[in-house]
Amino acid sequence: MYKKGKTSRLMASPYLAWAFIFILVPLGMIFYYGFTNEAGSFTLQNISYIIQPAYFKSLLLAFELGIVSTVVCFLLAYPLCMILADMKLGHHEFILTLFILPMWMNFLLRTLTWMTLLERKGVLNDILSVLHLPPVYIINTPAAIVIGMVYNFLPFMILPIYNSLSKIDDNVINAARDLGASSFQTFLRVTLPLSVPGIISGITMVFIPALTTFAISSMLGGSKVLLIGNVIEQEFTVAYDWHLGSGLSIILMIFILANMIVSAIADRKENL
Amino acid sequence: MKKTFEHIYLSMIFIFMYAPIAALIVLSFNASKSRSKWGGFTLEWYFNLLSDSEVMDALINTLVIALIATLFATLIGTVTCVAMMGLKRRSRTIIMGITNIPMINADIVTGISLMLLFRAMNISTGFVTVLFAHITFNIPFVMLSVMPRMKEINPSVYEAALDLGASPFTAFTKTVLPDLVPAIISGALMAFTMSLDDFIVTYFTKGSGFDTLSTLIYNEVKRGIQPEIYALSAIIFIVVLLLLLIINRFPKKIKFMHK
Repeated sequence: MYKKGKTSRLMASPYLAWAFIFILVPLGMIFYYGFTNEAGSFTLQNISYIIQPAYFKSLLLAFELGIVSTVVCFLLAYPLCMILADMKLGHHEFILTLFILPMWMNFLLRTLTWMTLLERKGVLNDILSVLHLPPVYIINTPAAIVIGMVYNFLPFMILPIYNSLSKIDDNVINAARDLGASSFQTFLRVTLPLSVPGIISGITMVFIPALTTFAISSMLGGSKVLLIGNVIEQEFTVAYDWHLGSGLSIILMIFILANMIVSAIADRKENL
Repeated sequence: MKKTFEHIYLSMIFIFMYAPIAALIVLSFNASKSRSKWGGFTLEWYFNLLSDSEVMDALINTLVIALIATLFATLIGTVTCVAMMGLKRRSRTIIMGITNIPMINADIVTGISLMLLFRAMNISTGFVTVLFAHITFNIPFVMLSVMPRMKEINPSVYEAALDLGASPFTAFTKTVLPDLVPAIISGALMAFTMSLDDFIVTYFTKGSGFDTLSTLIYNEVKRGIQPEIYALSAIIFIVVLLLLLIINRFPKKIKFMHK
């Protein structure tokens, strides 16, 4: 079409070189370290470490918290997006932006906020004591991590769902109503199916960072609650066991890949 | 009835999003170092913050890295998208597949893999390694923003310009580029945002002695939160809010986050 052949290849080559050095080679190194031991010979030991109770527990917990956070984000975001998409006001985009504005604040600061609120002598317990209510101890529990994840990742759920909902043609909804569908039926048979692509990308955008986080869990979960992300981080920054750390990273990538395949299948089903 | 319910729901989520930030801003004016006591109003933490060279260095590092990384990523990303149109379909698919890797992969894996690379190449970690890492994860944001627009552009205008005697470069800058500009800007803004906000990749590629705001805050938190950090949060929030209000006043809405 445009610059055929040689020129195009020449123009694409800087990026190809960049992608090779900074994307493919590093990924290859993770696989190299993951499948070798200190002596450099092939082993599956680093991968199989995951079935050891301590490691498996951290993976399982990360999975659980990731799923809980994703579900909570979805349940909060979907009604919100429906209301926003329904508003049809001139400034509904501004209101949408207000809901995702905290995303532009630093990720660490957003998490730190919840540390301050949930601490034993934190803001929340102050408010409770003023109201003569018993204090709650949420910090350093999985619940605190879920709160942190939901707060941080909610905008990632809101954006794609809002986009898919706002694209639905009003005429489709009206047609369903004209043909006698109740508002609940319309939602179930028209609105919900049409928003599936948004839901899928929202789920991916929340679940993957939630599954692999280590900052949120180390700030809000203390040192007792370890997620797979924390374990991997410690292998690299504390234990300096690159082989084991890489092996566990490969496990993580398997889950990311699985999630991608599942969402691709779900996406295709919708498009048929 | 339905409207009232809707408003209550919106307000509840709004409170969930903003009450924590409001608490931080209040604490940033609290003279008492304790978080549970109000010790009167003070601006001390703000003044401390401005004279804190560590924080100021980290702030400058964050901005410089984000700016340079965005610039490079935008340039490389745009040139590659243009080049892609002249490549075979299969090469295009492969390139886009590779480009998707940093987008889909977990940040922790991206960070670790780059750390392994820099260690193996014996590059001492610091400004340069963080910059390279940021360029790497920023390029996909630019390409995924520019590529769809590139495909939509009708090549006949470009070809007409060539027929009328324009050089390929002039033809490109006069016909194709103007149509690409909105997509390039939104890609660049996205990349800039990601760079500013990144913690995980920076954490693994920075080495000791070099900090961006994110990594500095993470270190501070481990040592115990100082009230200066609240002042910093308050300032960042106000700046973001003001920027948003300014952007909102322009007729063109910020579309980049709404793709």
